[in-house]
Amino acid sequence: MAHTEWRDAPELPDFSLLKRLARDQLIFLLEQLPGKKDLFIDADLMSPLDRIANVTILKQHEVDKLYKVELKPIVSSSDQLCFLIRPRIQTVKWISDLVNADKVAGRFRRYKIIFTPQKFYACETVLEEQGVYGDVTTDEWNFYILPLDDDILSLELPEFFRDNFLEGDQRWVTTAGSALHLLQSVYGSFSKVYGIGRCAKMVYESWRELMEEGEQRTRQPEFAKVFLVDRDVDFVTPLCSQVVYEGLVDDLFRIKCGTVELGPDVTSSDKSIKVMLNSQDKVFSEIRNEHFSNVFGFLSQKAKNLQTAYDKRRGMDIQQMKAFVSDELKGLKQEHRLLSLHIGASESMMKKKTKQDFQELLKTEHSLLEGFEIRECITYIEEHINRQVSMIDSLRLLCLLSITENGLLSKDYRSLKAQYLQSYGIKHLLTFANLRQLGLLEEQQAGETLTVMESKVGKLVNDKTVGKLTDAFSSLAKKSNFRALSKRLALVPKSGEEYDLRVPRDMAYVFSGAYIPLSCKLIEQVLERDGWTGLEEVTRMLNGQEFAVTARNKTDAQRIVLVMFLGGCTFSEISALRFLGKERDAYYVKQIEYMVNIKLSI
Amino acid sequence: MTRAKPEDDEYWNSSKFKAFTFDDEDDEFSQVKSKRAVNSILVDDDDEDEEDVERVSWSGEPVGSISWSVKETASSIRSGSEQSFPKIDTTPSLSKQGSGYSLSSLFKGNLQILLQAFSLEKFCSLQDKLLLLDEAVAVYDGNVITAVLIFLKKSLSKEILFRELMARDVALRHYVHYLKEMGEQKLVVELLKALGRTEDMALMHYKEHLNIKDESRRRDFLKSCLSLPFSQDDATHVQDHYTLLERQIIIEASDKKAVAEIFKKFPRKASILNMPIITTLYYSCFYHYGESEGTFSSPSNIRKTFRISEKQYILTALGARAKLKSWFDVDSLFNTKNWLGYTKKRSPIGFHRVVDILHKNSAPVQVLQEYVNLIDDPDLKLSGALKYKCHDIVINTYRDLKDRQQLIVYREKLERDSPEYRKIQELLNNVQIRWKN
Repeated sequence: MAHTEWRDAPELPDFSLLKRLARDQLIFLLEQLPGKKDLFIDADLMSPLDRIANVTILKQHEVDKLYKVELKPIVSSSDQLCFLIRPRIQTVKWISDLVNADKVAGRFRRYKIIFTPQKFYACETVLEEQGVYGDVTTDEWNFYILPLDDDILSLELPEFFRDNFLEGDQRWVTTAGSALHLLQSVYGSFSKVYGIGRCAKMVYESWRELMEEGEQRTRQPEFAKVFLVDRDVDFVTPLCSQVVYEGLVDDLFRIKCGTVELGPDVTSSDKSIKVMLNSQDKVFSEIRNEHFSNVFGFLSQKAKNLQTAYDKRRGMDIQQMKAFVSDELKGLKQEHRLLSLHIGASESMMKKKTKQDFQELLKTEHSLLEGFEIRECITYIEEHINRQVSMIDSLRLLCLLSITENGLLSKDYRSLKAQYLQSYGIKHLLTFANLRQLGLLEEQQAGETLTVMESKVGKLVNDKTVGKLTDAFSSLAKKSNFRALSKRLALVPKSGEEYDLRVPRDMAYVFSGAYIPLSCKLIEQVLERDGWTGLEEVTRMLNGQEFAVTARNKTDAQRIVLVMFLGGCTFSEISALRFLGKERDAYYVKQIEYMVNIKLSI
Repeated sequence: MTRAKPEDDEYWNSSKFKAFTFDDEDDEFSQVKSKRAVNSILVDDDDEDEEDVERVSWSGEPVGSISWSVKETASSIRSGSEQSFPKIDTTPSLSKQGSGYSLSSLFKGNLQILLQAFSLEKFCSLQDKLLLLDEAVAVYDGNVITAVLIFLKKSLSKEILFRELMARDVALRHYVHYLKEMGEQKLVVELLKALGRTEDMALMHYKEHLNIKDESRRRDFLKSCLSLPFSQDDATHVQDHYTLLERQIIIEASDKKAVAEIFKKFPRKASILNMPIITTLYYSCFYHYGESEGTFSSPSNIRKTFRISEKQYILTALGARAKLKSWFDVDSLFNTKNWLGYTKKRSPIGFHRVVDILHKNSAPVQVLQEYVNLIDDPDLKLSGALKYKCHDIVINTYRDLKDRQQLIVYREKLERDSPEYRKIQELLNNVQIRWKN
């Protein structure tokens, strides 16, 4: 589990350097507005910024007061206002209004907007249109990558998925390209790039353009292979309930920017606390990738060991006690602290997740993945909706049903949608429109024409025959790519086989042995074959858009693989890749747009 | 395992494991590491001398050294030019065809500078404008695509722009997104209409209701949506939405000042406005049960108006009546009379679910027992009986299974000399039963 145990594993570069670079640039930008200033920060930049620079550093560079951007009128007496924001039109409009209000009030201030990771022309147009261009200076803070852990890098762009896949706006393509370029500039070149997906292709091209523009070091040591994958290549995996520890923590408490906030019920105190989750937490790093069923046993063993260690002090003389306190006690206390937190977290997981409901939910997901007893699954989903339990779970199940079955039969789609709207609000018909746009929840198109055909045929023959015809037609219409993919790549192990979750034999362990994440399986296959040869059928079913390119001055095979999920990835996928890395004796660094915890509502 | 103790708080105020907040001092660990990393990079770089290394190993001292930024680092490392990666697709460059300007050069490098140096106003002819747009699309950069669209928006009539966007899907989606972000909903609606995407247009218009807070205005807005060209299904849903809000407004107005016993006993926690249909039905089953179908607030009226399935109705009514512990109402939900006049219990949802719901609302054992008995599946029945301690059912099931061993085990869990205990005793002593074990 711990990385140090890996034999001969290549050493990962020190990604914390990226933080240093980002911090230096930020300070440089702050210096561009000399003198005391108030700093307004976009809400979702707060946590990433925390990782880069603390208040002391900001204060050293004459930041007086800090505010969160709330798109409301401000109270600030400072003569200089600095805004650290994502390039969003709405925020820029708000700033323009502030400037104009100051102008009306006859107040003179200096304003500076620092866009991160880059500025957009559309934002500057807003400044121009609102007549404040020139009153406001703008800059870019190229803070592309935040290292969240030794092996996780993030762009921290939660809107990437929506903008790119739902709206079809390619504004983040160059951002992703620039992030790759930055990595390459700092750590060495890439020996090979593989990818699949429309966005992946564009990111590759964008990065290549950047590389061509800049001068390239001739014999730069190679650092990694890169795998770019679009989130929409594999929608199935993020739709499944997570059962590895870190994934469950995310599902239940939401991990944001590598940090989780645990409520009073977990901490058994009256306040909630924020905890950093990464490999420096020794307890966490041992259980993060484990299937949940193993975690509790592990923690209680750990607790016993801890007790033994504490007990040592009994019968000690003063000298020994002194040594104990100075050498061991601190470490023990720290472990104690972490242990009780994780035990608290697992307890509330147990409470929520061992309920019959969760077992049934998992069973339904597994049936859907296997393509088994679909009618029963639909009935379960229907009841789930009827009982008005978790809106998101209902939606996840509906999407999983649609994707695994290549769309819902017309009558099912209509009835489930109607019931969903009844249970959770009619406004969600907008959600359904979005999901259809994304291809996550669809009505079988063939079904429609079939209905027409049926009703025509229906006039000629009796009802019984129509029933038979319908069955025949629907079996023709269902060309389920997921099923075929799953079969071709052996994603779903044969049911009935015992799967020992303590000794995982493949990546399927992250889903209780029921399913190997499609995304990770693709990565494994491509790396094994060093390209897409032999996977033609698979890529055809995934709508093509695959590529594999080699550097012309390629030297030797790199064992560090940088996997970039365009549109986010789940902790289950990260765990699966860690497992793969351990097996293949290689490192997988995950670069992600954002951790997805599927959020599909309007 | 012991829980967190107050003394541990000290740890949280002193350890690097605590969540980062603005008050945090940077931890030494990352400083050391980054310092080493910074140096290691610079070692690679021949031009830098020892002094420079010192200068850039920044560790928080103010100013002076700070201009060492990302870009500079990056460029200082690079040297020599070699293209090492090939292009995947060779998209034919449109730049030289028909236009005198080198369009592709426009998009290389900093857009900002180039847009200033290279005035877009030079692109006067429609052909040039469209080439500009196509070139922008060909470089994949959404920012550039939007920039060109903003220029086209200003310099072309709506009709022409809409017409040209029709054949350019990527540009179109950027344009729609841009307009949405600018809050130009009306223009989006117009555009979608011009493109013949009427359903999208209707949805776009309908979405506006989310921004209307006042309920009467929202209701009126929804009414105005009824004539929009929705798909057949969505038209029904939007009609429902309007009807629902209209009724909720009426119910809310009268219930706000309601004096009936039930409102005093169980004061309303929230208004019913804008709640989903099922929540409204639950509310109605809770506060307005038994009202005649003629009133808007009655469960039967809501059920009929919104075509609620029997299953859904039973589930909701069951929840509401069980919450009120009206076991009589619960019973009558499932009672059906056959033609001989006998009552029999039937349910469109499995009785194991019914039991679940009753149990969650702490129904007494007698009530639970009756429903556990109705569970069809013998395994579910037994597990339900065990879970909810319906002794009779457990005992009878084991008796029917002729499972002597289980009966003995179960007897041990019971209080000695309780009626159940004695019942098992009698069964075990019954010589006529042929036990299987």
